[in-house]
Amino acid sequence: MHEMALCESILDILQEQAKAQRFSRVRTVRLEVGALSCVESEALRFNFEVVTRGSLAEGAGLELIEVAGEAWCLVCAQPVTVGGLLDACPLCGSHQTQVTGGDTLQIKELEVD
Amino acid sequence: MCNVCGCGEGEARVEGEAHNHVHEGQQIPWALRNPGGNGGGAASGRDLDYGAGPAHAHAPGLSQSRMVQIEQDVLEKNDRYAAENREWLSERGILALNLVSSPGSGKTTLLTRTVTDLAERYPISVVEGDQQTRNDAERLRATGAATVQINTGKGCHLDGHMVGHALERLQPAEHGVVFIENVGNLVCPSSFDLGEDAKVVVLSVTEGEDKPVKYPDMFHRADLMLLNKTDLLPHLDFDKDQCIAYARQVNPDIEVLEVSATTGEGFAAWYEWLEGRRKGRLEHLAGDLELRAARLRAALSENG
Ligand SMILES: Nc1nc2c(ncn2[C@@H]2O[C@H](COP(=O)(O)OP(=O)(O)OP(=O)(O)O)[C@@H](O)[C@H]2O)c(=O)[nH]1
Ligand SMILES: [Zn+2]
Ligand SMILES: [Zn+2]
Ligand SMILES: [Zn+2]
Ligand SMILES: [Zn+2]
Repeated sequence: MHEMALCESILDILQEQAKAQRFSRVRTVRLEVGALSCVESEALRFNFEVVTRGSLAEGAGLELIEVAGEAWCLVCAQPVTVGGLLDACPLCGSHQTQVTGGDTLQIKELEVD
Repeated sequence: MCNVCGCGEGEARVEGEAHNHVHEGQQIPWALRNPGGNGGGAASGRDLDYGAGPAHAHAPGLSQSRMVQIEQDVLEKNDRYAAENREWLSERGILALNLVSSPGSGKTTLLTRTVTDLAERYPISVVEGDQQTRNDAERLRATGAATVQINTGKGCHLDGHMVGHALERLQPAEHGVVFIENVGNLVCPSSFDLGEDAKVVVLSVTEGEDKPVKYPDMFHRADLMLLNKTDLLPHLDFDKDQCIAYARQVNPDIEVLEVSATTGEGFAAWYEWLEGRRKGRLEHLAGDLELRAARLRAALSENG
């Protein structure tokens, strides 16, 4: 259930941004979710709604932009795309891979007024 | 240590004190402005008063909607606290390890034994994370080790902010070791950096060999897996090699040690691992200090 804590962080960021960028209401939050970020999209949506109730983002839409996991295959010595931490290298089938991207959760853009 | 404290975590308590202070110059967290919490569906539905904002746009036809680009990591705040903790610890040559596992895998038993055995060798202190009770902290204190309890309330993990406050209170001795026992949970603690040198995941043989693939994030982020309760292996149908293979599938670099926290079997290797880590940390610090001293000497001689 750390999605709850993540949503509280999102709300914190929205509140800081509201002050800095002078807006009073958030309509939409566009969030980039990496395939390797260990976040469950449905849980995130549910908690977002709960956490933002009564706040400047009450009723705001949450748009998730999913990005692929990126890894470096030590066997192939080249970057590959992976869907999860359990996935083998799509080229050679080995698990000798190191995550290089697609493991973050980042707010990209807000629609505000 | 806490420069930018948002203190939104209404439930967290460090040593029984509610963590509801508001740091100077800091916006009052939403949770404190709205006593009564998340519910309040009917009572809410109005904007919070952000005074300085532009004219309200709720009148129909007057929409002032605009886009704001921000590119901010959701975990950035936690990571900032964690980075502060890491710096604070490394300046003091303190090795910090974050112990993670499912509930009941043996973290406290393992720590109790470790702290007792190593008490003479170097200063050890403990940060105990737990949702509600002080039981684990009391077990640890009985060994004589300095211990601070963090109760996370409903929280399912420790975060960088809580640990920063715990370290302030603990004031761990320089050149020592700090163990952080995270909340028993193989999912959430993996996402929150505490500023530790390494995560150590404890997996007990009674949990089944498939845990590394069921909870890959945790095993992916750990440097060491302690396979605990090996004294029970004769009574179980646990495929040790398969378990280790699974762990390497999600983390080819993970080290594995087999231990029994109740009998002490395998602990020599665990202490050796610890000693190696601690030496690494101290050598690193010594290197940094030598470099600084050399720069100072150079500056001195330049000035004649
Ligand atoms: N047989 C056996 N039992 C163990 C071993 N280590 C721990 N236990 C038992 O497992 C139970 C749970 O141990 P704890 O040390 O409390 O586990 P924990 O990980 O600290 O639990 P939480 O803090 O609740 O997550 C206790 O009854 C321990 O005595 C071991 O190596 N062998
Ligand atoms: Zn959780
Ligand atoms: Zn490959
Ligand atoms: Zn604080
Ligand atoms: Zn415990």
